[in-house]
Amino acid sequence: MTRRLSIFNVTSLVLGFAFLYLPILLLVVYSFNSSRLVTVWGGFSTQWYGALFRNQALMEAAWVTLRIALLSASIATVLGTLAALALTRYGRFPGRTLFTGMVYAPMVMPEVITGLSLLLFFVAIDLDRGFWTITLAHTTLTMCFVTVVVQARLMTFDRSLEEAAMDLGAPPLRTFFSVTLPLIAPSIVAGFLLAFTLSLDDLVVASFNTGPGATTLPIRIYSQVRLGLSPEINAASTILIGLVTLGVISATLLSKRSVLRSRRNAH
Amino acid sequence: MPPPSRQSASASVGAVRRAFAPWADPDAKPLIRFENVTKRFGEAVAVDHLTLDIFEGEFFCLLGPSGCGKTTLMRMLAGFEFPTEGVITLAGQSLEGVPPYRRPVNMMFQSYALFPHMSVEKNIAFGLRQDGLPKSEILDRVGEMLRLVQLEKLAKRYPSQLSGGQRQRVALARALAKRPKVLLLDEPLGALDKKLREETQFELMDIQHELGMTFVVVTHDQEEAMTMADRIAVMDHGRIVQVATPGEIYEQPKTRFIAEFVGDVNILEGHVQGQENGLWHVKSPSAEMPLTIDDPDEVLHSGQAVAIAVRPEKMVVQREKPGPEAVNVLTGEVWDIGYLGDWTVYRIRLETGEILRVSCANVSRFVESPIDWDEQVYVTFAPGAAVILAE
Amino acid sequence: MKERSFTKRLTSGLVPAIPYLWLGVFFLVPFLIVFKISLSDPAIAQPPYKPVFEWSDITGFFSALDVENFELLTQDDLYFRATLSSVRIAAISTILLLLVGFPIAYGMARAPERHRSLLVALVILPFWTSFLIRIYAWIAILKPEGLLTQALTGMGLISEPLDILNTEWAVYIGIVYAYLPFMVLPLYATLEKMDDTLLEAALDLGSTPWRSFWTITVPLAMPGIIAGSLLCFIPAVGEFVIPDLLGGSETLMIGRQLWSEFFSNRDWPLASAVAILLLIVLVLPIVIYRDVEARRMETRP
Repeated sequence: MTRRLSIFNVTSLVLGFAFLYLPILLLVVYSFNSSRLVTVWGGFSTQWYGALFRNQALMEAAWVTLRIALLSASIATVLGTLAALALTRYGRFPGRTLFTGMVYAPMVMPEVITGLSLLLFFVAIDLDRGFWTITLAHTTLTMCFVTVVVQARLMTFDRSLEEAAMDLGAPPLRTFFSVTLPLIAPSIVAGFLLAFTLSLDDLVVASFNTGPGATTLPIRIYSQVRLGLSPEINAASTILIGLVTLGVISATLLSKRSVLRSRRNAH
Repeated sequence: MPPPSRQSASASVGAVRRAFAPWADPDAKPLIRFENVTKRFGEAVAVDHLTLDIFEGEFFCLLGPSGCGKTTLMRMLAGFEFPTEGVITLAGQSLEGVPPYRRPVNMMFQSYALFPHMSVEKNIAFGLRQDGLPKSEILDRVGEMLRLVQLEKLAKRYPSQLSGGQRQRVALARALAKRPKVLLLDEPLGALDKKLREETQFELMDIQHELGMTFVVVTHDQEEAMTMADRIAVMDHGRIVQVATPGEIYEQPKTRFIAEFVGDVNILEGHVQGQENGLWHVKSPSAEMPLTIDDPDEVLHSGQAVAIAVRPEKMVVQREKPGPEAVNVLTGEVWDIGYLGDWTVYRIRLETGEILRVSCANVSRFVESPIDWDEQVYVTFAPGAAVILAE
Repeated sequence: MKERSFTKRLTSGLVPAIPYLWLGVFFLVPFLIVFKISLSDPAIAQPPYKPVFEWSDITGFFSALDVENFELLTQDDLYFRATLSSVRIAAISTILLLLVGFPIAYGMARAPERHRSLLVALVILPFWTSFLIRIYAWIAILKPEGLLTQALTGMGLISEPLDILNTEWAVYIGIVYAYLPFMVLPLYATLEKMDDTLLEAALDLGSTPWRSFWTITVPLAMPGIIAGSLLCFIPAVGEFVIPDLLGGSETLMIGRQLWSEFFSNRDWPLASAVAILLLIVLVLPIVIYRDVEARRMETRP
């Protein structure tokens, strides 16, 4: 039977989405403010974008963040996919309970704990803090999210497809690369993107594990915000929001097209 | 004195189920009355100016293909939908604006809609608790219902622990527990396998008889409707095409749609030649000689295009050419033979290319020289076996 | 042939082994180190703790451990108050999240099917934009002369500036805002699966819509309610950024305490002890969450 939206349903949806999007919208609008005061509208201007690009420290931080995010998300994707395979395809192996626990725990664990424990570990093994420690920390944190995303896909995976490939003579490894991997690829890409944004976004874990020359964008933004609001931050945020929105929309379109294509092929 | 209509002939049409026919009594007051009811969903018309009376104690079936509006009709009775136009009354009271939880009508859902977080007992007690009945009475009533559907042993189980047949019984018990004036059943047997379905049909009839309650069943399964109903309303495109007893629906379908929807039928097209001794003569390209049909109620004129409907079991297939005195003779060859155990179905291809379906009861275990594939055969039927349907 | 099956076993064994090892080294071991350091004495040297662990000196390891840091935690009621206050703030936020999130999830679940995936995407989209930026956006809104005050004064609803920033209310708003997707999505997942005919059956049996909501919808949405609540409550207890940016200096939260012990006081052992304390508070909810998730995964077709 068709479900019908009541007035109450519509109102709660409208208010809910207004609550979610209004703050972001205001942030974007005020990035084009010519006034130095963030909350007083002084006319349209793009001067803060210019100031942003001249801000050497911020640009450097952005570059570091991007490198860390790319590297850690790539490693996390490989590790997370392996973990997802282990959880769905290996049945009961020794220490499985501990393994599941270690996969789920970092997702809910307060970041301050994860950050502190990794820092103390790096100190104990005498690893200099900086680019590499943040990368390792982010890999550990984000691989769990990749695992969950890929695992969800593997659980709905039709095993008879693999059985068909093996029945037609493909050995297990080739079956994996020619049948399984292409089919779970969208979830792996989604997992990578998730890991990438989480790494871009992280302040707490990075703050604990940062060192000289490895100031990430969130750390830089955070220290500026603590000193007070600045339209420059609004401009930086707007660019980030724009990039993310663009990325999400193109990813959605891409996946929709591949769904359509696979549907067409199925007919 | 009512005019001599189909109603008066009903005693001689089909099998008589029980001596119960309030619809034939002009003084009887209907329990449920739909008066010129229309329901639109946006542009789509689900129910189209429909008028219908249902009487107390009836086992009433709404039969039709999916999308014919039968479910909408039932949901309007339950209160989930409201008519766009027209009025529905229950025991003389208008149901306009009455929400489902204030109607003395209960429904057994097609999916059963058992509450998964409640035990069998709690499910059955749910409606009674809404009425604020005292605990002891609820307990008594639940016990009574469990006995009625023979589920006493499963009272503490949860729906997920029951088989399909058991779930169906719980749904029935839950809907009956409040002793509604009308019980609505939406495809009550749809989810059961064939064997269980047959048993349950008779059980439902027994329960309805025992409680004397009015049952309104929605189904797309004509066999189900034929077995259980006192009367059947056949629906198509939001309208009721015919309301009659199962026997009348089968033996005297009003339209070609009903003849084809209920049971199997062979249709022969033709033109009326005239009437003689109360019998109609129809010229059909399928037969050499004009067909002779005994359907006195039909009002026709010469030259009118008509369809002649004959049920497969009312035709006879034979190898020998019938004598010259025989009427309604068709010639053809055996195209297919299907042996079903109790019946054998022959598909006969006429010279015109039409395929007739003729079924033969297998009354004996031995048949001398049975009819074989590709044989030339003659198909005959009696004048009273056919119905004329105006095109 | 035999050799080949051996290498095959080895390669297939690597699939669980590699991530297992990684998590062991970068998650489990650091954890044990935190535990160990929480039991050691602060030292002035850098790093600021006395390394009590020497591989060669097991007996020394155990004798040098003491619970001094934990004693300090119990003596100074700052930590006790911070813990209580964190749990309180997280609990109130979770209730607010349920109140805000349920109607949204319910509306989404009742929306026409063709719009639902768009609505889900719209709920997730803010999550992809930086957490820090989203919290930052609220500073400008909640400031005494901020946009909220301006808007409400403009509508003539208030005459004096609202002073919400640097209060606990600002923290609630921040947490509800940042965690809303984590509440809405699990709720939506259970509500969307719910069979509408169950509600119709309840109405048919004489239950009013309001009553049906409490006897049918809420109990059936329970898995989503529990998952969403835990998913919000657990990280909220340890939250640092939101109380730091939106809450005033009076807003006590244990995550913030840990941060300041570490960065301002440079007392690593005490920071570790606070981390352990935080973990003890969260062990029960985390275990419950794991159970709920495992059951949800199993029942999925």
